[in-house]
Amino acid sequence: MRNETIVVAGASLAGLRGAEALRQRGFAGRLILVGDEPYLPYDRPPLSKHVLTGEIAPGATTLPGVRGLDAEWRLGTPVSGLDRAGRALLLADGGRLGFDRLLIATGARARPWPNADEARLSGIHTLRGRDDAAALASGLAARPARVLILGAGFIGCEAASSIRALGLPVTVVDPGPAPLARTLGHVVGSFVAGRMQAAGVDYRPGTRVTHLEGDGAGRVRRARLAGGGAIDADLVVVALGAVRNTDWLAGTGLAANAGGVSCDGACRVLDAAGRPEAAIFAAGDVARWPHPLYGGRPVALEHWGNAVAQGAHAARAMLDGPEAAGAYAELPAFWSSQFGLNIKSLGLTEGADAVAIAQGNPRTGRFLAVYGRAGRTLAAVSVNAGRWLPAYEAPIRAAAPFPPITGGADQPALKPVPPGLPAPRAA
Amino acid sequence: MRVVVDLNRCQAYAQCCYAAPDRFVLQGDEILVYDPAPPDRDRAAVERAVQACPVRAIRVEHGDAPAAAGISA
Repeated sequence: MRNETIVVAGASLAGLRGAEALRQRGFAGRLILVGDEPYLPYDRPPLSKHVLTGEIAPGATTLPGVRGLDAEWRLGTPVSGLDRAGRALLLADGGRLGFDRLLIATGARARPWPNADEARLSGIHTLRGRDDAAALASGLAARPARVLILGAGFIGCEAASSIRALGLPVTVVDPGPAPLARTLGHVVGSFVAGRMQAAGVDYRPGTRVTHLEGDGAGRVRRARLAGGGAIDADLVVVALGAVRNTDWLAGTGLAANAGGVSCDGACRVLDAAGRPEAAIFAAGDVARWPHPLYGGRPVALEHWGNAVAQGAHAARAMLDGPEAAGAYAELPAFWSSQFGLNIKSLGLTEGADAVAIAQGNPRTGRFLAVYGRAGRTLAAVSVNAGRWLPAYEAPIRAAAPFPPITGGADQPALKPVPPGLPAPRAA
Repeated sequence: MRVVVDLNRCQAYAQCCYAAPDRFVLQGDEILVYDPAPPDRDRAAVERAVQACPVRAIRVEHGDAPAAAGISA
């Protein structure tokens, strides 16, 4: 494959780790990474944490692995389309990059405030990339009178924690019942809400913002609430989740929409009829694949660890073939830090009908919660108890009877309760 | 120098914090904060941190990032 060209669309974590794995596995041909941002691949998790608190500079998180790659970089160059028959990636600058194989790793972008006119007001931020974090940090440096955060998912909660650490007044408006409820459920989310409130956040569950209003200078001033009422704020962080970057694949006949690009277990992208493309692969946030641990349900994970592992899996499938690579079955895992809590998770809680505090106790601020469905173990979440988590990997992989570990010294009898997960969003 | 820690793997054994106290710090019980771009003069300390990590969660790459990473015209 010395004369082959592999193009990687997307120059963030999944694209970088995929490219590295290609080289480690002996690919000696031409390797081109295309990125929409004008930066080498950088690490995103610090952006909502220590970059906002000023402990880390926004430009300091370039990832290891960029130096020895022997790749061509086309940075600051968004992709605009794909010529499937002609095997070429189309670039927004009018360029065209022919490939023998393509790895799609275009990731996701922050979901914007839905009213475009309102979203243009100055002082309204989203948080996804390095420029976003720099702009938000600069807005915070002007010491706004109140910061309003829309959404209490991981980005919203981490931003709230960081901004409180700067001593600024923060309100979090959450349409859901508890922070992180979509992922952790109401039981664990309520514990996080307590920490959030103890840190001085004005947390408003079950509340929806309908309009953002500006002043005469076009600067955001106020948020109007559904059911009346308003919150004055001069800086707003829109943290309403992410949209997968698949627009550029429209009209190609590939199975792609805002929920991701569908691929098989070997990361081969599927066409609309569900047939795998031999030369086009996907990995990272943008990829949606049937997860064998979850009954083949299509999942797309915005997880750091998934970007690393799936990028490498795609590389193996490209070079050694789909059979050798096998079905991608990485156990979902993520971490978050906020309000002094280190939250770590294994497995997927979606569909859980029970949660039990299996070790520790929320009253002491240190515990492990295990999630089950129909008597089988699905997932586990540790809060300031990360060393208890690895013991749950095997039971989750095996869908062991729930709860999987009983008789812990501090938990003589487990009391499973409904986890309080909201109904899944329509795809 | 570029550093990244796999915080899924990290279990807060804090050995990096002893090996390179200027670059790795625990906040609270187990939140690891680290400098992703330490200066070259800390190379030996950061290498000690990599070696000391019981779960091998720290990755470091020395030298400058490719300058030619250049934005293609």
